[in-house]
Amino acid sequence: MTQAQNTNHTEKLVKNSEFKERGPIGEVFRRLSKRVTAMMGLVIVVLFFISALLAPHLAPHDPYEHSLAHKLATPSWDYPLGRDELGRCILSRIIYGARISLLIGLIVISIGIFIGVPIGVVSAYYGGKVDFIVQRFVDTMLAFPGILLALLLIAILGVGLHNVMIAVGISTIPIYARLARSSVLAMKARQFVEAARSIGASNLRIILQHLIPNSLSPIIVQSTLHMATAILWAAGLGFLGLGVSPPTAEWGAMLNGGRLYIRVAYHVATFPGLMIFITVLGFNLLGDGLRDALDPRLKT
Amino acid sequence: MNCPYGVRRESQKNMSLLQVRDLKTYFYTDAGVIKAVDRVSYDLKEGETLGLVGESGCGKSVGALSILRLIPNPPGKIVGGEAIFEGKDLLRISEDEIRQIRGNRIAMIFQEPMTSLNPVLTIGLQIAEALELHRGFDKKGARGEVARLLRMVGIPDAERRINDYPHQFSGGMCQRVMIAMGLSCNPKLLIADEPTTAVDVTIQAQLLEVIKELTSRLGTAVILITHNLGVVARHVNRMAVMYAGRMVEVGPSVEVYAHPRHPYTIGLLASVPRLDQPRKERLVPIDGQPPDLIHLPPGCPFLPRCSRRMERCSVEGPELREVGRDHMVSCWADID
Repeated sequence: MTQAQNTNHTEKLVKNSEFKERGPIGEVFRRLSKRVTAMMGLVIVVLFFISALLAPHLAPHDPYEHSLAHKLATPSWDYPLGRDELGRCILSRIIYGARISLLIGLIVISIGIFIGVPIGVVSAYYGGKVDFIVQRFVDTMLAFPGILLALLLIAILGVGLHNVMIAVGISTIPIYARLARSSVLAMKARQFVEAARSIGASNLRIILQHLIPNSLSPIIVQSTLHMATAILWAAGLGFLGLGVSPPTAEWGAMLNGGRLYIRVAYHVATFPGLMIFITVLGFNLLGDGLRDALDPRLKT
Repeated sequence: MNCPYGVRRESQKNMSLLQVRDLKTYFYTDAGVIKAVDRVSYDLKEGETLGLVGESGCGKSVGALSILRLIPNPPGKIVGGEAIFEGKDLLRISEDEIRQIRGNRIAMIFQEPMTSLNPVLTIGLQIAEALELHRGFDKKGARGEVARLLRMVGIPDAERRINDYPHQFSGGMCQRVMIAMGLSCNPKLLIADEPTTAVDVTIQAQLLEVIKELTSRLGTAVILITHNLGVVARHVNRMAVMYAGRMVEVGPSVEVYAHPRHPYTIGLLASVPRLDQPRKERLVPIDGQPPDLIHLPPGCPFLPRCSRRMERCSVEGPELREVGRDHMVSCWADID
């Protein structure tokens, strides 16, 4: 077979192969769509995002409009999830609450990723003393129970939504640092890193262009799962009264507000609780699915 | 053939491009110091192809990687010697200066084409990286040049394949991409570290032809690291045989093939089938094992396996000495 024939043949094979036209994101989505639970998770997450982004259009009532005459009213056609202790529409408050949860989730994860990942990558890439010092610092941070660290930070920074986000965000930094470190450690011995160095790439370029993109999949999975944790934590801190200030619609605070009336009006505490549960479940299912879909060992 | 680069000039052929002198690269491990490369010296002329031959672990790759200072440190360290390339000692210039040489003046191709490419970047981006680093292209501007390079190494439908990922290429195609990347900045020297070990025989021949054709067109000198003596015979002007981190024989490949002067070279050549020998000839393996590089004996490292040993060999190790025109050997015995 001459070379020309051979290359022609290869060309045909390439044209016929079906994966050819699909980008890496399409490929991940295809694998994700094969799993029912992952798709359920994705649907829940998408609904959560939609309700957060389109809250003013979706909410049937003003979440802050109260009417003491109708306080603790049970679910009805006009107020599908009933009214709370101040007569506010629970459905509307839940829809608006999604905004706070989404915001908290995104900011917490951003803090974790943008601080934790560079720490971990640098630590793993340079190794030696740098790695030792950074990792002992990370160990120390990991030794604190997360919620305790968050409470401590709130005690220092003061109560409020911003401080909750910062506190929870900081407590996730060591987790991302560890994660990034372990993937870079596995990656930096690979030949393509050596090949990049052999064409004259600088350390910074190797880190940004070659190591970080290759370490992303565990970080994506972790951040999806973390979204759930962050929402749960924010709700927990809201429940303890450390989060948003009272009138704001936030799931944890709503849960806390309804707690007192659980015997006379179950719906006030139940529906926010259910929402937290469903959203967290959704993110967890999606995260699990992504973990399988992004697993490089499953690539063919 | 239209080629933007200069054609090889005969006058350049005799100029020395790279001079390696007494190169020593050691690895410091818990078990002891491994002298992976020990006092290796050789010259390379412009446009010349040098074959670096030896069995696994003899220091061929480490020796070549040392020139570009790509030895992972720790545990590896270049302990001594010099490598003069275009008037500069590569072992002593600053990190920034060596980065300007890597990929630009000296390029490298590795053993495993599939793992030498970053799996999450398209091959176009990866070839463009060298162009961005050394030839001042930007990401968009590099596209046309990348396509030209891919066509140059014989990848069909280059414009479309720029956006493909490495896993969509076969091993042989990946190695062609690596060759394109290596030659993208028109280097003076290409170090090919067993470029064909991971692909099958027919592809091996094709790849070597591509390397040979392109480097001779661009006037690029090549250091071809291999343990395949057949490859050396066909593609190489000069060959250097390494054993236990040392150079045992250097010379024009025709000369070394016809008149090997070192017992190890003789043994190597006797242990592979040759087309220029009678069919019935038996292959003769070399007895024994390669030595433990941590506990080398004081004299000649080949001594325990040598058929021509003398008393002197166990006392002092031989140095390279001239035995013919441009033909050096490190052995006390006078073998003809």
